[in-house]
Amino acid sequence: MDKGDEGYGDWEELVAAALLGTERRRGGGPAGSPEALLDAAAVHAVRRRAGLRPAEAGPRPEPAPRDPRPVPPEAAGRRLAQLLAGRSGPVNGGGRRGTAPDLTELLPQWLAAAGRYGYRAPAALVPALLDAARARTDLRPQALALAGTRGLWLARMNPDWRFALRGGSGGAGELPAVTDPEAVERLWQEGLFAERVVLLGAVRAHEAAAAPRLLATTWATERAEDRLMFLDSLRVGLSAQDEPFLEAALGDRSRNVRATAAELLSALPASALAGRMAERALACVGPEGVTPPAECDAGMLRDGVVKRPPAGRGERAWWLGQLVEAAPLSCWRERFGGLGPAEIVALPVAEGDGWTEELHAAWCRAAVRQRDAPWSRALLGPASAPPAAGPGTASLAERAKLLETLPHAERAEWVAEFIRAHGLSEAFQLLGVCGVPWAETLGRAVVDALDTARDAGSYPWSFSGVMGLAERCLDPAEAGRLEALTTAAEDLPDAAPGAAAYWAEAFQRLVSTLRLRAAMLAELTPA
Amino acid sequence: MTDQGDRWTAEQVLDLAPDDASRKAGGRLGGAGPWLQTGGSASGSVWGLCKGSGSKPYRTVVDLTGPAYKCSCPSRKFPCKHALGLLLLWSAEGVGEPDEAPEWASQWLADRAAKAARPPGGRAAPVDEEGARKRAERRAARIGAGVTELEQRLADLLRGGLAGQEQAGYAGWEETAARMVDAQAPGLAGRVRELGTIPSCGPGWPARMLEEAALLHLLDRAWLGVAGLPEELAATVRGRVGLPASGEGEAVRDRWLVLAQYDTVSPDGRLTTRRIWLRGLAGGRPALVLDFGPPGRPPGLALPVGLVLEAEMRFRPGSAGLRADLGERFAAAVPCAEVPAGVSTGAALEAYGAALLRDPWLESWPVVLGPVVPIPGELGWQLADAEGTSALPVPLTGGASRSRGGLWQLAALSGGGPVTVFGECGHRGFTPLAAWQPDSTEPVALS
Repeated sequence: MDKGDEGYGDWEELVAAALLGTERRRGGGPAGSPEALLDAAAVHAVRRRAGLRPAEAGPRPEPAPRDPRPVPPEAAGRRLAQLLAGRSGPVNGGGRRGTAPDLTELLPQWLAAAGRYGYRAPAALVPALLDAARARTDLRPQALALAGTRGLWLARMNPDWRFALRGGSGGAGELPAVTDPEAVERLWQEGLFAERVVLLGAVRAHEAAAAPRLLATTWATERAEDRLMFLDSLRVGLSAQDEPFLEAALGDRSRNVRATAAELLSALPASALAGRMAERALACVGPEGVTPPAECDAGMLRDGVVKRPPAGRGERAWWLGQLVEAAPLSCWRERFGGLGPAEIVALPVAEGDGWTEELHAAWCRAAVRQRDAPWSRALLGPASAPPAAGPGTASLAERAKLLETLPHAERAEWVAEFIRAHGLSEAFQLLGVCGVPWAETLGRAVVDALDTARDAGSYPWSFSGVMGLAERCLDPAEAGRLEALTTAAEDLPDAAPGAAAYWAEAFQRLVSTLRLRAAMLAELTPA
Repeated sequence: MTDQGDRWTAEQVLDLAPDDASRKAGGRLGGAGPWLQTGGSASGSVWGLCKGSGSKPYRTVVDLTGPAYKCSCPSRKFPCKHALGLLLLWSAEGVGEPDEAPEWASQWLADRAAKAARPPGGRAAPVDEEGARKRAERRAARIGAGVTELEQRLADLLRGGLAGQEQAGYAGWEETAARMVDAQAPGLAGRVRELGTIPSCGPGWPARMLEEAALLHLLDRAWLGVAGLPEELAATVRGRVGLPASGEGEAVRDRWLVLAQYDTVSPDGRLTTRRIWLRGLAGGRPALVLDFGPPGRPPGLALPVGLVLEAEMRFRPGSAGLRADLGERFAAAVPCAEVPAGVSTGAALEAYGAALLRDPWLESWPVVLGPVVPIPGELGWQLADAEGTSALPVPLTGGASRSRGGLWQLAALSGGGPVTVFGECGHRGFTPLAAWQPDSTEPVALS
C-alpha cells in the first residue's frame, strides 16, 4: 500500500529525528520535545492507517485450464479431506492398535476408486493432495491424476510441488507431442532426467522402434547410471523392436549396463541372445542328465554371463544356472521329447548328479523373467504340498514371484489352498501378490485361519501383518460374516492371558475398517 | 433420516476438535464400526453408544444447538474423540432415524433445556455500590500512575533516540511491561512487550517502532483525559488499557454466519486465545467473539465455520463495536445458503479507515472481499480486484499472519479466477481466513 505520499512527506523526517533522539536535535523542526515528536508521530500513524489506499496489482497468474471432469459427490469429498488430514497420523505404537481403522492405508484405495470414476479433486483439497503426493511416492501417479490441471497449475507456482511437473502424470501440455520431432529432440537434449524418462516412455508407446533411435542419439555421452536407468525403463513393454539396441548394449563399457542388456534380451525368447543361450543350455541339460559347462568362454561373457561365482558357489554350477535362466523355456519341450513343463520338472534327470536344485532354481528365475504361466504352475506344484517338498523352490519370496505370472483368480485359489494347508504364518508374502479386493475363496481362507489362530490361543499381534493386509484387501462384503467374531469370548483354558479380548478388538478393527471401506466406496458412486 | 437439521460437514466437525490428536482419533471413530444404538432428535441432538476397549460402551450425547457434549468416557479433552466421532458419523448420514432419546441421553438433554429456559442473571445479589466505586477509583489511580511512568519511559526513548534500541535488548521493555501488570493495566503491558520485539523484526523497524510508540503515547494521553472523551471512545480506551467492559452491551438478534475461527497462543504459551468472526446475515454487522483457554486446555467455545446461528449477540461498548458475547440462541445451527456480498479492495481499506475513527488502535477490520484474484508471489502475495489495477498485500509476518498453507488453498480455489474471500483488513494488508468456491455457498476455512 502507498505510504508517505502527499501530505505525509515529513514522516521520514520524524523517523530520522526519532532515530537520532531529540537530545541531539535541539531547537529544530516540529518535533522539538519527545512529547511533541510522539504527538506528531501519533497523528501521522493514525492518518496513514486511515488513509491507506490499495497497491498496484502485480501480474495476475494465467487462469488454470478448465478441468471438465466432475468432482466427487460431497460426502466423498469430505472423506478425502479426512483421509488427507489423517495421512500422517501415527498408529498407536506397539502391537495393540485399538479398534480404530488406520486411515493412512485407505487413502490409496480412495484415490484408485476415484480415478476409476474419472473424478477431479475438489479445488480446496488440491494443495493437501500435492503435499501427500510429495511425501508418498507410491501415491503420486493417482494423486496427480486426481489433482489434474489445477494441480499442475499450482505446481508451477510452488517449488515444493515441482515434482508434479516431472511426474509424467498424463502431461497436460507438459510433454511435447511425440509427433513433433523438434520438440521431442529439444526436451531429450535439455530435459531433466525424469522428464526424459517420461518422454522416452511416451515416444515408445507411440512407436516402439522410435525409442531406441532416440536413445542412440545421445547414448555415448550419457553417464553410466543414466544408461542403466534408461535400459531399465525399457523393461516395461519390452519388445523385439528393442533387440538391436540391447544387442549393441552388450558391448557397453559398464558391466551393469551389459548385464541388464543381457537380462532384457533373455526375456525376449525370440532374440538372438536367447537363441545363443538356448544352444548353450541345451548342450548342458537333457534327458540323459546334466553336464555343466566346463569353461566360461568369451561368447558367454559377451552375452552377460558373470564369470566369478559368489563365495561358496561352485564355478560350473554358477555358469549352468546363468545359462538355463537366460534360455527360453520353450526350448525344453523338444529336448525332453515333447514333455510339458510339469512332466519335465518331475523328471529325476539330474538327481544322480545332485544338480536338481540348481536346475529348478534356474527354471524358476526363467519363468519369472519370461512371465511363463505354465512353467510357473509346474514349478509351484500343488499348494497343499509342504513347501519344502515343492518341485521348484521352497523360498516364499520366489514363490510369490512365480505366482505373479499367473492370472489373478488362479493366484487367489492357490494361496487360499496354501493357507488352508499350512496356516497363515508363512502366507504373508504370497498374499501380497494377490489382487485386491481378495477373491471370496481367499478371503474366507484368511478369516478362517485367523479364527483358528484365535482358538489356538495365540496373540493377535503375531498376525498383525496379515491383519493389516486383511484390512486393506478383504472384500468389504465380508464385514457381516466377521461380525460374529468381534464379541469378546472368555479366554480359553490354554490361551495366553487376555488373548480373547485382544482378538475381539482386532476383529472389531477389521470390521470397522471394512465398513469404512464399504462406506467410502459407496460415497464415491456418482449420484 | 434428515430430521436432525441440516448436517455439518466433516471439516466443521473437525474444527471443534481441541487438538490434532483428538482430530485424528475422532476421525477414526467416524465410521459405523464402533457405534451402537445411534439416533437423533428432531430438536437437534444426536446420541450413540461407542464400543471402547472396556466391556461397557461409552455413552455419548451431543446437543447440536450448543454445541454441547456429554460422554461417559474418562477423557478430559473437550469435546472428546467419541463426541467428534459421533458428529462425523452424523455428518456422513450414518446416524439412525430420529427418535425418542434413550433414558441416559434424555436426562442430560432435559437438564440442558431447563437451564436454557431459566432467565439469565437470576440471582440478584445486593450490590455494594459504594465498595465497587472505591475499588474502581483505586484501580484507576494505579493505572494512572502506571501511565505516567510509561509516558516517562517513552519520552526517555525518544530523547535518547531509537538508534540504540537494536543493542539495548528486550529486557528493559520486559521490565516496563511487568510494571504495567503491577499497575493493573494488562493492555498496556501487552503493547509494551510488542514494542520491545520490534527492533529485532528486520528492515524498517525504526519507522514501525516510532509508529507503535506514538500509538502507545496516544493511548496514555487518552487515558489521562478519559473523563472528557465521548462515552464510546472512553469505553474503547478503557478496554485498550485493559479494564474489563462494564455495563450491558447492545443486544442484536440476527442470523449469524460463522466466518472464521482460529487460535493464537500467547508468547509464554500460557494462554490460548480463540477468535471467532461472525457476520449478521440480515444486518451485515461483524462480530468478534473471543474465548480463552488456560495452559494445555483449548477454549471451550467452538463454532464451526459455515454454520449460521440464529442468536442474540451482545456487543460490548467500545472497540469499534466489534467485540461481542454470544447470547441466547433460538435454533440449531444450520449450514449457510448464501455467499455474503464482497467489496472492492478500496472499499475494504475505507471500512478499516472508518473504524479507526472509533478505535484508533484497531489493527484490522473484518471484511468480505470480492470478487478478487489471489496473486502468489515469491516476495509476497496479493489479492487484486477482479476489475482494475488495485490490490491488497497479504502480510506474511506479524501476529495476524496465518500459515502459507491457507494461501495455497486460496490459490487452488481460485485457479487464477475471481473468488470471494473473508479476512482481516488492516494497516499491514489483508489476511485471508475463509473463501468461497465460485459455485458453492459453503465457505472453506483456510487453514
